[in-house]
Amino acid sequence: MIQYTIRRSLLAVPVLFIVVLVTFVIARSIPGDPCHSILGEKATQERCEQFLEDHGLNEPIYVQFMIFLENMMQGNLGDSIRFSRPVTLIIVERLPTTIELGFAAMTLAVLIGLPLGIISAVRRNSITDVGTMIGANLGVSIPVFFLGLMLIYVFAVLLRDTPFQLPPSGRLTAGLSPTPFYEVFEIDPGAETSLRFHIFEFIAKLYIVNSLITQNWEVLKDTATHLLLPAIALATIPLAIIARMTRSSMLEVLGLDYVRSARAKGLSQNKVVLKHAFRNALLPVVTIVGLQLGSILGGAVLTETIFGLSGVGRSVVESIFARDFPVLQGFVIVIAFIYVVSNLMVDLSYGFLDPRVRLD
Amino acid sequence: MQTDETLSTVAEIPTDNIADMGDYKANSLWRLTLRRLLRQRSAQVGLIILGIVVFMAVFAPVIATHDPTEVLIGKEDVKKRESPCIHLLGCPEEQPQHILGTDGNVRDLYSRIVYGSRVSLQVGFVVVFFAATIGTILGAVAGYAGSSWDNIIMRMLDVVLSFPSLLLAIAIVFVMEDRSLTNAMIAVGIVSIPAYARVVRSSVITLRESDYVEASRALGASNLEILFRRILPNALPPLIVLATLGFATAILDTAALSFLGLGAQEPTPEWGTMLGRERNQLFSAPHLVFAAGVAISVTVLGFNLLGDGLRDALDPRLVHAGVKSE
Repeated sequence: MIQYTIRRSLLAVPVLFIVVLVTFVIARSIPGDPCHSILGEKATQERCEQFLEDHGLNEPIYVQFMIFLENMMQGNLGDSIRFSRPVTLIIVERLPTTIELGFAAMTLAVLIGLPLGIISAVRRNSITDVGTMIGANLGVSIPVFFLGLMLIYVFAVLLRDTPFQLPPSGRLTAGLSPTPFYEVFEIDPGAETSLRFHIFEFIAKLYIVNSLITQNWEVLKDTATHLLLPAIALATIPLAIIARMTRSSMLEVLGLDYVRSARAKGLSQNKVVLKHAFRNALLPVVTIVGLQLGSILGGAVLTETIFGLSGVGRSVVESIFARDFPVLQGFVIVIAFIYVVSNLMVDLSYGFLDPRVRLD
Repeated sequence: MQTDETLSTVAEIPTDNIADMGDYKANSLWRLTLRRLLRQRSAQVGLIILGIVVFMAVFAPVIATHDPTEVLIGKEDVKKRESPCIHLLGCPEEQPQHILGTDGNVRDLYSRIVYGSRVSLQVGFVVVFFAATIGTILGAVAGYAGSSWDNIIMRMLDVVLSFPSLLLAIAIVFVMEDRSLTNAMIAVGIVSIPAYARVVRSSVITLRESDYVEASRALGASNLEILFRRILPNALPPLIVLATLGFATAILDTAALSFLGLGAQEPTPEWGTMLGRERNQLFSAPHLVFAAGVAISVTVLGFNLLGDGLRDALDPRLVHAGVKSE
């Protein structure tokens, strides 16, 4: 098992390398030059040349790639062309938005999807079952962007001035600004370039975590209400898929002999379903949950656009528009890294969940 | 009930002419599948929905009340983003009838939605055809040739799969410079290739070692013949399911690109573009957002339901295990 884990992890390294290479090439093949999209259409030839030199863009592309790789190994992803700030800092500022959103969406999807799937399987053909399956089919069919707009319409327009009103955009109500935990506790975050500063800033930007640490309940409540609509919009597809997968996986297991034996032994329904059947039905469900991360990250582009959140998805699209290569590369690498690692975890989890799966 | 059918199929297989058996079996498999399919409620609903969408697309000029791209300023007494007006439901006769109102450019929304069905079906077809063809070839070569080919092709596809599909599609659209529906379709097509390749590859690997393939090989069949005449027809059922569900994904993803302004451009009546253009009017003219959104959702739902039905109908394993969506 340990050997397998190591080998499988090593296999992910070349994939990541190629991902970095492909990202680099794609970013450079996007037509239009960064100089004119940043400095404006009227930038003179001399200014452009100076600009390209400042950002190391006049070197041959393979030299650029080598420099980029070398810097990346040292944790330096370059400076944003548009903001003239380190890419790592921009990532640290914006990644938490998406992580919070994605985590909230995944929690909703699992907490609602799993029980619905189990109940549908146990009470097959009941109203719950039929309702869940109709809902699941609708869930994968409604475009995220349409669902998001409908949620805004219902909760911010129709239910305005009722207790159910929810804010349609942003992470916080204007005027509220959470104090970073390191300021509250007066811990020195270190210099802006230090790893410690990056980690501290990252945690502080996870508003939920930060407000829990600093016990700022007002910000916590505000963040949570702002998070709810985008999280629901983003959760529907994974929720639907998890519910369906759980149901069919449970149905398959519930028909097996050992479950009948467990029933014959006189075990209660709950015990049979939860302790015996569910555990064995979990394997395909875990796969699906892991794979849904991709749809979460992809869906984040649309959700963030609709709900006015500046997270990973929107940053990628914005940096493509601005030809801001370093930012684009940085974010894509982060996304690909999350993605590859989560696929790896799914693969590895098989061995832990099911002793019969001893992969070699 | 299922057993009866299985038995009857087995009984129908002629034993005197083994060479014909492949074709014969395929036919009766399709008949059996169709019968199973038509019995399922999800497939029934899906087929009805798709029937309506196809009907809309084919007879668009008859059903639509206006030219979908015609700007009605100066021709009729309408303003932009006007609410629906249906004479039968009490809208005053002197006002021109617009079943779903007008959009931001004073065009008849209903006619645009009707014509949009043509665009969406075309998107689904082109994307699926493109992705399935390339994916099948790649998957078949990877699975059949094995070893180094397999490694190269599958690692290449792994890279495609290492990016969330929508993000990769966005990047591809940008690399292709101009934003058009065609480029959006190519981008969505490229990101859907791996799914087809994987399914075909795994079927080919399983079938490659089977006895009937060995038999053909012993009879002197060439590799191409074995691949295309013996293996691929048997790898078809999962591919058909994937292609049907692929229509749904293709329509959704292309609409998402168009929504972001990276796909179909004005004045093409594409549902995603229509929704994207009017999304800021959610507070003043929500009907513009709803009409296009419902159109996309219903069409995608149709393909999803049909795909589910096909999956259950084509997979005898599921029928035996009692797993059948209702």
